[in-house]
Amino acid sequence: MRTFILRRVLQAIPLLVGISALTFLLLQLAPGDFLNTMAENPGISVESIEAMRTRFGLDRPWYVQYGLYLKNLVFHLDFGQSFSRHQPVFAVLREGLLNTLLLAVSAAVVTWGLAVPLGVWAAVRQYSWVDKGLSLLAFLWLSIPEVLSGLLLLFFAAKTGLFPVGGMRSLGWDSLDPLGKALDLLHHLALPALVVGMIPLAGRMRQMRANLLDVLRLDYVTTARAKGLDERTVVFKHAVRNAINPLITLFGFTLGALVSGSFVAEIIFSWPGLGRITLDALLTQDQYLVMGSVLMASVVLVAGNLVADILLAVADPRIAYD
Amino acid sequence: MTDVRAVPAPPALPPTVTTPTDTGPASLETAGGATATQTPWGLFWRQFRKSPVAVAGGALLIVLYGLALLAPFIAPYSQEEMDRERYNHPPHRLRWIDASGRFHPLSFVHSTTLVDLSRSRFVEDRSRAIPLRLFVRGAPYTLFGLRLDRHLFGVDAPHRVYLLGTDPSGRDVLSRLLFGSQISLTVGLVGIAISFTLGLLLGGLSGYLGGWADAVIMRSTELLLSIPGLYLLIALRGIFPADLPSQQVYLSIVVILAFIGWAGLARVIRGMVLSIRRQEYITAAEALGMSRTRIIVRHILPNTLSFVIVAATIAVPGYILGEVVLSFLGLGVQEPAASWGNMLSQARSQRVLTSFPWMLFAPGTAIFVTVLAFNFLGDGLRDALDPRKVLGGKTG
Repeated sequence: MRTFILRRVLQAIPLLVGISALTFLLLQLAPGDFLNTMAENPGISVESIEAMRTRFGLDRPWYVQYGLYLKNLVFHLDFGQSFSRHQPVFAVLREGLLNTLLLAVSAAVVTWGLAVPLGVWAAVRQYSWVDKGLSLLAFLWLSIPEVLSGLLLLFFAAKTGLFPVGGMRSLGWDSLDPLGKALDLLHHLALPALVVGMIPLAGRMRQMRANLLDVLRLDYVTTARAKGLDERTVVFKHAVRNAINPLITLFGFTLGALVSGSFVAEIIFSWPGLGRITLDALLTQDQYLVMGSVLMASVVLVAGNLVADILLAVADPRIAYD
Repeated sequence: MTDVRAVPAPPALPPTVTTPTDTGPASLETAGGATATQTPWGLFWRQFRKSPVAVAGGALLIVLYGLALLAPFIAPYSQEEMDRERYNHPPHRLRWIDASGRFHPLSFVHSTTLVDLSRSRFVEDRSRAIPLRLFVRGAPYTLFGLRLDRHLFGVDAPHRVYLLGTDPSGRDVLSRLLFGSQISLTVGLVGIAISFTLGLLLGGLSGYLGGWADAVIMRSTELLLSIPGLYLLIALRGIFPADLPSQQVYLSIVVILAFIGWAGLARVIRGMVLSIRRQEYITAAEALGMSRTRIIVRHILPNTLSFVIVAATIAVPGYILGEVVLSFLGLGVQEPAASWGNMLSQARSQRVLTSFPWMLFAPGTAIFVTVLAFNFLGDGLRDALDPRKVLGGKTG
């Protein structure tokens, strides 16, 4: 087991190096001379340009530049300097990443909180109107892109005033007590989390339904029924536990998808996450920040897949991992 | 939904150990017995017609693309024409019976007057009916090389009709929706054409050649698939200058989406090719001295066709939404040209959302209906092209 995890982690390293090389290449292909852009910006002092020049070898050939970028990244966690925010890229990204992870994890709670019960409901009432209605809804839902569902919820928030129309905190955040702060955060989090969490919902629900239907056909369930257990115990104590297993392992994959899915929701609800930072960085031509955030988002995706693989190996003893 | 890399699971392939007469899925279908006389296409059409949902999806798409093709004729106005007297005008209500009790078969609208400039409030003048007319003379346009000035419907000047309202610049939302569909609907098809050609070729090469070609192609797909979709989209957009003319923006969007989209398909195609190439008819083709390219293009890839058709149908919405998202973020099609994405982005502000909701619902409904139609069609195609279904009616 340990060798399996170690090997998977080691496999992820060349992938991340490749991603960093690709983003670096994109940076080089982007129009505009980098040093000139910096020099024209009155907000950047001559000293900090000089510091950047020596640290990242900006007047040297591209392969030296990439080598220096990688070296600074690996040994000092130094992603370079954000020109528009006058901060190290890492500091900007850290906060954005935390906000995005908060959104993604809340979204995952929404997904699983709805998908598991609805999937179970559809399975135990197979072919009834509940089942058919849910699968029709799932199908329709698959056709509503998050841009639309986000704007619809924003419309709802603006019309009713029940939810804030954006941002992460209310104006009087600092004067609130800890409980008030938590509630305020939840209030702001609710709609974006709903938008993001609904993306994988239909798929996960169908999966839960199919898994449970498979398990309900197994012999041990028939045995449990034959022993005279009531249906509730059979389903919830015996069947659901086994049926839910694949869904747990999918958690890692979905987390990566949710980080990507948060992008649009962050823009619509002005959530200060990684997606917003990336878009702002692109619009202000803050290239080190663009690169850093793409890299950061990829790390989350790769890590999510890694966790999924490991969970799969842990949960299913039939998978040989060495 | 916005991920252009989503690829459905590949269908079950024919077994690798086969009888000498077996040539892949096509012969599996005809091996069904009762249907042996039908061509694969005949079979497909018979299955396809059985699903009302798929037929409805297909018909809807024909209508949508027809509307896009004829947009200059169907749209009452041009996409850039601004009405300086009617900003944020709500959609006109169609009526059939006027104040004197007369029935108008083509329906009519009431003219409106602005009563509150700051809140864009209009009231109807109920006393006069302005009838809708067919083939009205209007702004000239070119369609199929002809200079025309007749529009499908409209009202007599100086009145105006806005069935879906106007935007904050006083432009007709319906006309913009129709002209926008020319961009939004074709991005999907062009993008799919490019990325699927790439995916098929690279996947085919990867699976057939193996060795270092396989390794290089597969590592590249892993790389592309490890960067979250929208982040990659944004980073790629950074390569192109921000202020491109709209035709080049269109081109750059298509190129970006195709670049992102081929990876997922290539991996599935590789898997299918790996299994197909072990079949005897490929060995026979090799023994006959056929070139590798010819074997891949003529004998291997056609066997993946049914899967590719379904995958492409299901993937189109992803490309359409890619354009929508890019334009929504302000990185795609720029004003004054219309696309569904930049129309949606006009609806982002709280003021527009609450006071002029047609700005959200018009493009929103168009996007929803299009995606739904593609999903319906894709579902129907999958059932119709599934060889297992023909064999024994057993589908997963």
